[in-house]
Parts: sequence; C-alpha cells; structure tokens
Amino acid sequence: MMILLILCSCASPSDSNETNIRIAAAASLKDVMEELTPRFEEQYHIEIETIYGGSGKLARQIEQGAPVDVFLSADLRWIELLKEQDLVDKDTYIEFATNQIVLIGDESKNRLDTIQELELTESEQLAVGNPESVPAGTYTKQTLERIQLWGKLEDQMVFGSDVRQVLAYVESGQVDYGFVYASDAMISDQVATLTQVDPTLHDSIIYPGIVLSKSRTKDQGKKFLTFLTSDHATEIYKAYGFNPMRGGKIEK
Amino acid sequence: MNVEPLLLSLKVAGIATFMVFIIGVISARIISRKLFPGKSILESILLLPLVLPPTVIGFGLLYLFGKNGWIGQWLMDWFGFQVIFSWTGAVIASAVVSFPLMYQSASAAFQNYDQNLENAALTMGASKLKVFFTISLPLAWPGLLAGLVMAFARSLGEFGATLMIAGYIPGETDTIPLAIYFAVESGRMEEALLWVVVILCLGFSAVLWLNTWSRRKINFVRNHKKS
Repeated sequence: MMILLILCSCASPSDSNETNIRIAAAASLKDVMEELTPRFEEQYHIEIETIYGGSGKLARQIEQGAPVDVFLSADLRWIELLKEQDLVDKDTYIEFATNQIVLIGDESKNRLDTIQELELTESEQLAVGNPESVPAGTYTKQTLERIQLWGKLEDQMVFGSDVRQVLAYVESGQVDYGFVYASDAMISDQVATLTQVDPTLHDSIIYPGIVLSKSRTKDQGKKFLTFLTSDHATEIYKAYGFNPMRGGKIEK
Repeated sequence: MNVEPLLLSLKVAGIATFMVFIIGVISARIISRKLFPGKSILESILLLPLVLPPTVIGFGLLYLFGKNGWIGQWLMDWFGFQVIFSWTGAVIASAVVSFPLMYQSASAAFQNYDQNLENAALTMGASKLKVFFTISLPLAWPGLLAGLVMAFARSLGEFGATLMIAGYIPGETDTIPLAIYFAVESGRMEEALLWVVVILCLGFSAVLWLNTWSRRKINFVRNHKKS
C-alpha cells in the first residue's frame, strides 16, 4: 500500500513538464496533425501529445476538467461553449483552415451532380456523424434539412461518434454512403467521392484553435497556434485536402 | 422524455435471453454429463465470451455478420436480411455475451441432482423426451432460473459488442447503455443520469432477487433434510 502511494506521488509531477503540451484535436485533423507535430517538435523542442475525437465530445471533456492545453475544433460552436464558461484564453483564438463536406461511397456507386439527387434503396444505409457532437454531422444535418432530405433518410442513417468512424464504416463496406470532409475522402483510397456538398447549404466549416485558460504551458500553446498559421503549415494543409486560412487571428 | 431506449433494451434483452435459454439448456444437458475427448476444450470455447473484452466479440461478429462476412453475405443473398447496423445485431451481440452465464448455471444445475431419478423413469419405459420435461427440467429449474436472470441482466448491460455490430441508430439500436454513452457525448447529462438510475434499479433488483431467492431455497432444502 505504501509503495503504491509513493509510486503515485512520484508519477504526478512529471505531468507538468514545462516543455510538453497536450492538444485535443478534431478527429478530421488526425493525419494532417501527424504530419505537422513532428515538424513543430523539431523546430521548437516542445513535445506534443494529441488526443483525437469528435469536437463536441472533446469540448465536453474539457468542460469536465480534462487536462488539455490547446483545443482544435472543427466547429466554432464548441469553442463558443467554452468561451461562455471562461475556460479558454480568448486572446489566443485563431482560425487556421477550412474544409468541405462530400458524399462518399464505394467505387461502383454512381457519381452525382448535386446532393439533391441522392436516393437510397430500401436496404442501403447512410453513415453520418452524430449531429449533436460531431461537426461533420452537424453540417450534414443542416444541409439535408435545407433540401428536405433529412426526414426522408433519417431511418436509414447510422450515427458515428466521430467523422473517422463514418469513413471507416464506408471503407469497410458495412455502410453504403457517408458524409465526411473532403480531407477525409482524400486520405482514403478505398472510397470514392460521389459529389461535393454546396457550401452555401450549411454554416461555413472553419477550424478554430485556442489555448485553454487553465493551461500551465500557455506560451508553448501559443507558439503552436502561431505555427498553425505559418506558410509552412499552410502548404501541408493543402496537401491533406484542407483549405488554409490566411490572417489567423480574428477580432472577436 | 423518450422511453424508446427502455422498451428497446427490454425487447433486445428479452429475445436474446430467450434464445440463450433454449440453446444454453439443450447444450448444457448434452455436454455437461458426458465425458468425451476434447470436452474441456469445447466448454472453454463456450465460456470464452465471459473473459473476452466485448470489443473482441464485436470484432468477431463484424467478421461473421458484416456485409462481406460469410454469414452476413449468405443471409443477405438468401433472405435479404441484414444483421449489421440493425436491432437484430444488438440481439446477437447480447446473446453471445450472455450465453456463458446461462450455460454455466445450466451445466451446474444438471449435475446437481441424483441422476438415478432419470434412470428409474427410463427403466420404467418413459421416453427420453418425457424424462427431460417431467424430471430433468423441474429438478434443474432453480439453477436454470438463476442463469436466466443473470443472462437477462448481462444482456441489458451489453455495450461494447453492440456498438460495434449494431452501431448507433436512434430508435433502432439505442439501447440504454448506448443512450447513456451518446447522451454524455452530446452533453445531455440529466438524460444520461436518468438512464443510469434506470439501469441501476434493473440490475439491483435482478441481483437482489437472485440473492434472497437462493437463500430461501437453501433454507428450504435445510428444513427438508431435518424433517
């Protein structure tokens, strides 16, 4: 028992290591982040640990006190939620990339001109991120509601707990169609993009980043956010199917 | 308030337990009393879901019942019937996970009474089926009932394998455990809490009933022996 206590007390101080930052990032950022973080680590000698998940889920975990220094969301709404509770350092807010929603399916499926043409046979199913916690699902719901398809397709929908799960459902052939980001469709060679969703049908897809007010390594976090808006990072977003945003910091 | 997860949970657990009861009783009756080579291996396989993480079971089921899995494909081609991402998937996941509990109880129950009672009936000319229904089943009943309750409670609580094979489809596969997970993920804490209380009550009453009932049974047997 004593040994356990001693072990525990030894383990905790290492958490506050000065040169470590912990990032909570939207699931759709996984591949691009895996490319970006080693470059940042090399340049600044700051170690990064990243947790991926649906933005809504991550925001809830931060609300409950998850020890995170930087939050990268796929939806402005979740940062707003944290702002209301003063959990984030508002001055550090940046917007660094945009994305697009696409409909994906098996190679054999017909390409569509517009999303309005989407029709499912009785046995087909459609994967969507859970609209209550997955931004890709929220944007999809907005779109389908606007063109009056949501109600019609709802019974054939399977909800994923993040956008990568939706991609995996379609990749494995378990579900026929799915709505994911253009960047997700791009990294997968097992699915085809059937059509792009008209961006005017939903809120703009902006990736914001912010440092949390409880962070003990705020300077390192800020450095990372600045890095995200650098030309160097911009090139990498493009390669991964995102559209970079110039200007970074936006007045709020 | 949406009561659908409760009704769905009862439906899924009810059907799964029914299947598990029939298959568990028959297989336990056949296997438990015979000695044959490979018996312990066979029994270990049957009990495996008890010790495996539900995700492993979910993976296996996905492999078998997925759209490209061999059972899944066969069912689709012949019956146009889809298991994955439907409530039948949830039933199968619950059944597989709760089967060992039923099997174990049934297996013990069939070894727990004097087998000469059956032999006596057989020598007096009763058919095997008649012996099973009039002698074996009533004698094993307490153990079978305990297994039934345990299997039902385990089915109600099944989450991991269910999520993997049935997915999250509101109104179709959102049993109480899934409803709790997605309510928390969406920040609907009150709703999650409500379902937590519901599942606590159901689980607690199952265990409480089992406990008091088995104690009463033991007392009954004791009193019987005294007299």
